[in-house]
Amino acid sequence: MDIDRIDQIIEKHEGAASSLIQVLLDIQSENHWLPKAALKQVSEKLQVPLLQVQHVATFYKTFSLVPKGRHEVNICMGTACHVRGAGRVLDKVEELTGIKPGETDLDLKFSLETVNCVGCCALGPVMDINGKTHGKISPTKTEKLLKSYE
Amino acid sequence: MPSIKSPDELEAFRKNVLSNRDPSKPSITLCSGTACHATGSKEVAAAFEQELEQQGMKTDINFRKTGCHGFCEKGPIVIIDPEEICYLQVTPKDVPDIIGQTIKEKKVLDHLLYTDAITGEKTALESEIPFYKHQQRNVFGPNRRIDPRSIEDYIAIGGFQALPKALLEMAPDEIIAEVKAANLRGRGGGGFPAGQKWEFARNAPGEQKYVVVNCDEGDPGAYMDRSLMEGNPFVVLEGLLIGAYAIGASEGYFYVRQEYPLARKNLDIAIGQVEELGLLGKNILGSGFDFNVHVHRGAGAFVCGEETALLMSLEGRAGEPKSRPPYPAIKGLWGKPTNINNVETWANVPLIINEGAGALTSIGTENSKGTKIFSLVGKINNTGLVEVPMGITLEDIIYKIGGGIPGGKKFKAVQTGGPSGGCIPENMLDLKVGFDELSKAGSMMGSGGMIVMDEDTCMVDIARYFIDFLTDESCGKCVPCREGLRQMHKILTRITEGNGKEGDIERLQEIAETAREASLCALGKTSANPFLSTFHYFKDEYEAHIKEKRCPALSCKELISFYIDPDKCAACMICIKKCPVDAIDGAKKKIHIIDQAECTNCGTCFDVCPSKFDAVVKFSGVPVPPPISEEARMISKKSK
Repeated sequence: MDIDRIDQIIEKHEGAASSLIQVLLDIQSENHWLPKAALKQVSEKLQVPLLQVQHVATFYKTFSLVPKGRHEVNICMGTACHVRGAGRVLDKVEELTGIKPGETDLDLKFSLETVNCVGCCALGPVMDINGKTHGKISPTKTEKLLKSYE
Repeated sequence: MPSIKSPDELEAFRKNVLSNRDPSKPSITLCSGTACHATGSKEVAAAFEQELEQQGMKTDINFRKTGCHGFCEKGPIVIIDPEEICYLQVTPKDVPDIIGQTIKEKKVLDHLLYTDAITGEKTALESEIPFYKHQQRNVFGPNRRIDPRSIEDYIAIGGFQALPKALLEMAPDEIIAEVKAANLRGRGGGGFPAGQKWEFARNAPGEQKYVVVNCDEGDPGAYMDRSLMEGNPFVVLEGLLIGAYAIGASEGYFYVRQEYPLARKNLDIAIGQVEELGLLGKNILGSGFDFNVHVHRGAGAFVCGEETALLMSLEGRAGEPKSRPPYPAIKGLWGKPTNINNVETWANVPLIINEGAGALTSIGTENSKGTKIFSLVGKINNTGLVEVPMGITLEDIIYKIGGGIPGGKKFKAVQTGGPSGGCIPENMLDLKVGFDELSKAGSMMGSGGMIVMDEDTCMVDIARYFIDFLTDESCGKCVPCREGLRQMHKILTRITEGNGKEGDIERLQEIAETAREASLCALGKTSANPFLSTFHYFKDEYEAHIKEKRCPALSCKELISFYIDPDKCAACMICIKKCPVDAIDGAKKKIHIIDQAECTNCGTCFDVCPSKFDAVVKFSGVPVPPPISEEARMISKKSK
């Protein structure tokens, strides 16, 4: 991500130190991860110590300090999905992709995360891929679904 | 849109909006909340728009996309007014018939109506469907009547009537007195009286004060705040404006969870429209009151629902709670007096101002007044959001509104209050719902999650699940919560895996006690509740796991075995094909056998075995019968 774009984002938030989280969210959503150069630039521009920027970047779940795969798979582990068998869906996804939650595969194809409730409890278990919600997922359906992503 | 400077101009604007509307004009309302989006409401909307265009009926029909109606199980939902006909699980294919037959010929389409699971009886009217019939939708009801992107819709149903009354006819003290009289208690979890909180902030010294809407709804299985925010952001804004005036705050913040993009989008649009109309900004309605709002996105941290952590996050820092006192009402955002309430609490405020404290006090139990929105989820037939009067019994919610447990299974427990709450067993289903009533039962109201569990749910696993959740979400600042949770998680995992030891229970109790006594914030203090409440009511399940290495619910993977009943197996090969580890032996006409040494207990065979055979069974705590002889496996020799 180029530095000019980061500056633009910071400017949009008027460069206040309190906008740190909002700035990082914008960078994360455009770039899908937070490279070190970006953190440094944010630290300098907002005049927040790099240590504090890193504290925030590691504290909140949305931020990633490593590159993400082309497809971001989020499996809902909310209570409603849990009692409806989300654990077995997760097992299946781990088996198919070879990665655990928080990891990205070597081809940078899939990133896997678990999330706590996306609020589609009527459809549980729920899996969200690249922002699209897939409901009433079973281990068998999971296989078909993942295969449809290139 | 005009810029409105006085209550009279607002009324004139309302009259103008209403005069352009014909209540008898047919209208089609489509639910477009997040859950309905996932079941295809976008496609249905496109089909309606196309069909209306093609039929040249665009101007004859009001087509409105609203927020969540609550009946998520049966979405997407379409309502035809003025008849109030309710169609469920509508697909784009149904759209031409709805327009051609229901709108044009006034014919009701039977196959889209609600059908009673037991009697098979069809219900056409929305208000007659049992799911809606037993609710009291005072706060959530307008969701289905307005387009959340249209301030005119909100004004047409009487929105922004409380605001001029509060700003010009009531003194701040009167407003606080009214909210106190209504006994409005915080809907986000704590249940602290909102009026009292407002009074603290009002009386706190300082010029600059803040008000905050907490929409960091983190409890898994709870989504009522999101649905309010998506479906009716105006009512929350109106409540916030009234509260800000009463407290003397000139700045407000919405703290919205990152996972709720649609809520944020609709809120942004609403703020823009309210600003344009002049109801935000300087000298609102000529009252001399100035107020501005900002929207802050959360970044994924459960603990930020806790008010001191939320304020840290608003300031752009990591969301770690602070010890209280000082309370935010005295020293909050940037050290200034700050009042924080959750979405549903703010949404109740216009109702109190419009109708007086009686709007709440006429409903409910001794200390819990008004209504509460619950998200009824889990092993329940009618999943969805339900708004009920306080004092209704759990049984009525689960059976009358929720339609009972699917698949003829037996009810086991209902979990309320989110991770810090507890599980309530069957013999307490007559419990009245209220803040104190639920706390007495060892659970709590929380933000209103209600997760129903049936006989297949293992209560030790549920405790482990919540402790796992909390371990992950503990901010790590104080030791009793951070380390206590980690140890509890270790012990509970050990128990569910069949490695529980004598003394594990005592150790869990000791850690629970320490966490309660010594943690900094509410998250830590209540972190052991999942264990405490499940142990209190389901002690036998803990003992079965530890002493007999048996999971009574047949749910803990490490404690169960799968077995194919040779008398029932029809040798259909389905499970053999689906088994991911090739642990099943057999062939056509040769009864299948699971190799227990290879089996990983994934349960695939159990799921895929056709229900007419039902041959795969689960065992726990007893040895699996030995495989039958090779001769007996040949099906042709049997009289089948």
